[in-house]
Amino acid sequence: MSEDIIAISGINPRQCMKCGKCSATCPAFEEMDIHPHQFASMVVEGRIDELLASESIWKCLSCFACVERCPRSVEPAKLIEAVRVSVLRERGGSFLSPDEIPAKLDPELPSQAIAAAFRKYRK
Amino acid sequence: MTYSYFPGCTLKTKAKDLDDFGKKSAEALGITLEEVQDWQCCGAVYPLAADEIATKLSSVRALAYAKEKSQPLVTICSACHHVIKRVNNDMQSKEDIRTRVNNYLGLDEAYNGETEVIHYLEMLRDKIGFDELKKKVVNPLKGRKIAAYYGCMLLRPNKEMQFDDPENPTIMEDFIRAIGAEPILYAFRNECCGGYMTMNDKALASKMADKVVNSAKIKGAGEIITACPLCLYNLKENSKGDLPVYYFTELLAEALGVK
Repeated sequence: MSEDIIAISGINPRQCMKCGKCSATCPAFEEMDIHPHQFASMVVEGRIDELLASESIWKCLSCFACVERCPRSVEPAKLIEAVRVSVLRERGGSFLSPDEIPAKLDPELPSQAIAAAFRKYRK
Repeated sequence: MTYSYFPGCTLKTKAKDLDDFGKKSAEALGITLEEVQDWQCCGAVYPLAADEIATKLSSVRALAYAKEKSQPLVTICSACHHVIKRVNNDMQSKEDIRTRVNNYLGLDEAYNGETEVIHYLEMLRDKIGFDELKKKVVNPLKGRKIAAYYGCMLLRPNKEMQFDDPENPTIMEDFIRAIGAEPILYAFRNECCGGYMTMNDKALASKMADKVVNSAKIKGAGEIITACPLCLYNLKENSKGDLPVYYFTELLAEALGVK
């Protein structure tokens, strides 16, 4: 399973030197049960089931702050994305159903928000 | 000059101002923006997984169209710019993606990342020049204190976007000076607005939008400008702050006298 995450992300998590810049800069840090810097070591340790069940994969905003500031090209957003798509690619693995959309609409909501949410939360 | 132009889905619906004022201003500056024929939604977020192919095809179709016209491809929406620019980088540098995309699309001529992708603000800075823009301003926005909101998509990751200094950008402040107003610097100008989190966790999105708006307000801004429809929505609708938020193209049109 670690190999799958490494292949999907294109990242070598062993390069992480645990400086913690990614978690320090993450705007969703407080909302996460597993923090960006932990993704690197947990992928190395093969703790993939815990990552698949983590709330964090639905809290990452893809703001790329951790990607920009990682000095070791580990770029945790890519590991988080690999775990997230691993959930979504399973049959029935969606996090957002079209049936939920009408209740979320308001007159100003841009279509961009819906397109982005479906890309991130649904296959 | 004539450029190919990719408006994107939201500029045809909720963000018509961003599109209309962008086109009118370009015309006033002597630039023709030719809309890409039959363009498709960029997907709004860059497909970050290394093995994604299908989600990159719409960007490549627009890029190949501009290549056929031998024109740079201009974007306005930050998200479209981010997605199309990064997919173009993939087509230049990742052989696996380039081969599989070309195999799928079966274009008359293979696409290898030849098109130059530029954001409207880069067009103003690099193709026209802010000094030239200043000369064409007929209605300088004197006395207006404007906070530039960059957000994430235009700046990061810098090794791919090559837009400006990702930690201390200046392009939007230079733009604000060129149209005769005063730029207000503030701490949260390149922090996330909450993005698509508004669909999943409104409370988190609101917390983030509040931080941005309050940060601009504390520094004395009277208004905020952005290039992104989702940023505009989050800063306006999800924040308790009361600063007006405009698209940069609306203020440009105002300064050029075409609003």
